[in-house]
Amino acid sequence: MDSSPSQPARSVPDVLQLHPDELETPLLSLEQLTWRRFRRHKMAIFGAITLALIIVYAFGGMVIFSEADANLVETGARLNPPSSKHPFGTDTIGRDILVRTMYGGQISIIIGLTAMTVELLIGVTIGALTGYFGGRLDSILMRLTEAVLVIPQIFLLLVMAKYFAQSIPNISFLGRTFSGSALVIILVIGVTSWPYLARIVRAQFLSVKENDFILAARATGTSTREIIFRHILPNSIAPIIVAATLSVASAITLEAYISFLGLGVRPPTATWGNMLEGAYNYVESAWWLWFFPGLLIALTVLSINFLGDGLRDALDPHSRAK
Amino acid sequence: MKPELLLDVTNLHTRFHIAEGTVYAVNGISFSLKFGETIAVVGESGCGKSVTMMSIMRLISIPPGEIADGQAMYRGRDLLQISEEEMEQIRGREIAMVFQDPMTSLNPVLTIGRQLSEALRVHLGMDNQKSRQRAIELLDLVGISDATHQLGNYPHQFSGGMRQRVMIAMALSCAPSLLIADEPTTALDVTIQAQIVELVLRLREKLDMSVIWITHDLGVVAEIAERVLVMYAGFIVEEAMVDDLYEDSRHPYTHALLAALPRVDRRRDQRLRSIPGAPPNLLVAPKGCPFAARCEYVFEHCLAEMPPLIEVGTNHRSACWFDVKTGKPR
Repeated sequence: MDSSPSQPARSVPDVLQLHPDELETPLLSLEQLTWRRFRRHKMAIFGAITLALIIVYAFGGMVIFSEADANLVETGARLNPPSSKHPFGTDTIGRDILVRTMYGGQISIIIGLTAMTVELLIGVTIGALTGYFGGRLDSILMRLTEAVLVIPQIFLLLVMAKYFAQSIPNISFLGRTFSGSALVIILVIGVTSWPYLARIVRAQFLSVKENDFILAARATGTSTREIIFRHILPNSIAPIIVAATLSVASAITLEAYISFLGLGVRPPTATWGNMLEGAYNYVESAWWLWFFPGLLIALTVLSINFLGDGLRDALDPHSRAK
Repeated sequence: MKPELLLDVTNLHTRFHIAEGTVYAVNGISFSLKFGETIAVVGESGCGKSVTMMSIMRLISIPPGEIADGQAMYRGRDLLQISEEEMEQIRGREIAMVFQDPMTSLNPVLTIGRQLSEALRVHLGMDNQKSRQRAIELLDLVGISDATHQLGNYPHQFSGGMRQRVMIAMALSCAPSLLIADEPTTALDVTIQAQIVELVLRLREKLDMSVIWITHDLGVVAEIAERVLVMYAGFIVEEAMVDDLYEDSRHPYTHALLAALPRVDRRRDQRLRSIPGAPPNLLVAPKGCPFAARCEYVFEHCLAEMPPLIEVGTNHRSACWFDVKTGKPR
């Protein structure tokens, strides 16, 4: 060996003069890449646009019609078919279905979003704790998760809805008064839907926490809290967003189920689900009773599922935009 | 602890309890580091170099890991005894680390600027504007041009060499007293390696740091280190000043490592020399000299008892029952 540490390394070029690798093309930002991939997904664009229109429909309706219109009973105009006065027809006690689908849509969408929020709060917290810390905490919380999973969700929903529905007073929100049963439905759906999300988050945490950059962050003195929230969670966000999107759709469907069975949101507050309640008696004679709310539920759920699909492809860093 | 020592590790034992049994990763090693000194730790893959450093930094996950015994005195405090909160204050602030693979050591979803300012905010309590300013200075320091613009970029927009520079900038952000570089050039190509070595050498002078440089590359060792620790199967088998190691190595393993170096003055049609066999299975509790199975000087006593690390010259210790100089057992 001819060099020793006391000699300056003369053969090495001065690194400061060197330019960064110019061959690396200036790439698009993460958001741009994601948008590109999303844009290529035709069905997702369709879903996003439809969903936007449905939201405008449900919430824009407030401007034109008041809630009183939605709950106005016109016994003289019972079961009217669609006409210029009632474009979607009227129901069994003469309420206008068009206005009711608008107000019902609000409730259905709000239930979907808030149930998702509840689900996210519980699912992400439990998934993150179990995935990051492991050990005994993991064992206990995962057994709890499995316990919730093995109970059929619909059954649990019906029992809880029946048990709690009467005990909650009405609430005011967005300048409207909601039946307390809406709150029950939201909580019940949220509380029974989180196990899948918790498992997804746990699996993500288990894999992301093994990355070198987590070790590097710990070696920089980053606290556990920061590691969980600033390093692991953002790296796990893609499947969480997708699962959350899909859970909005499933919450809307679940609300429709329960309301259809008469255990959901209490009338007169309209939801797409409880508008279907009783419509089965008129499947043939008054198709407009079930067609419009049913169509809106189907369109919304379909759009959200397409959107979720598109997001999954767009947010997956492994798929490349061409 | 002598006053000139920055770090003094004694009798460190690290084990991993896994399904197959217990891995004896580090088996009672002791070494120290003076203020401003640079040491290199060399050895084959899996001989405990990284585990030793991770143990000192308390980055081993427990379980399955266990630091069974030992002391790591740093500025009068035992790093193995202090609380996790105190340790968080030391990591990144006092002792910083640069890892092997720059491609995976940066968080892909955070911008470079965000990651660079992390330590500054955590340790120095800087606000956004200050830490941004400092991050730009740091990028300049490690030779990344157009630093202001680069702050908003993500790791995937950087090449390997640039990422390793960013890692070094992150490690140096709080001006640590000790930099542990865990094979920082292994994942890079040769020209970039040279740049990174040069960069660390320059910054070491500038910031007056001590450096522990882990590597398999004996060529880099000569360039950067003053003293070398040779590790094998979780033991330090030889410790020497860098010149002594190359000219007067006393341990058969070091001999074999040096002989395995590719040389430009060797004929092209000659095969590279290698050490026959593989390092021992660390699942078996160590007994005797771990190198015995591959050693050309082995005799009975080697199999029975692990040789202690004994003084063979000034600042030169070797753990071997055989004296390669006299050709006789000790």
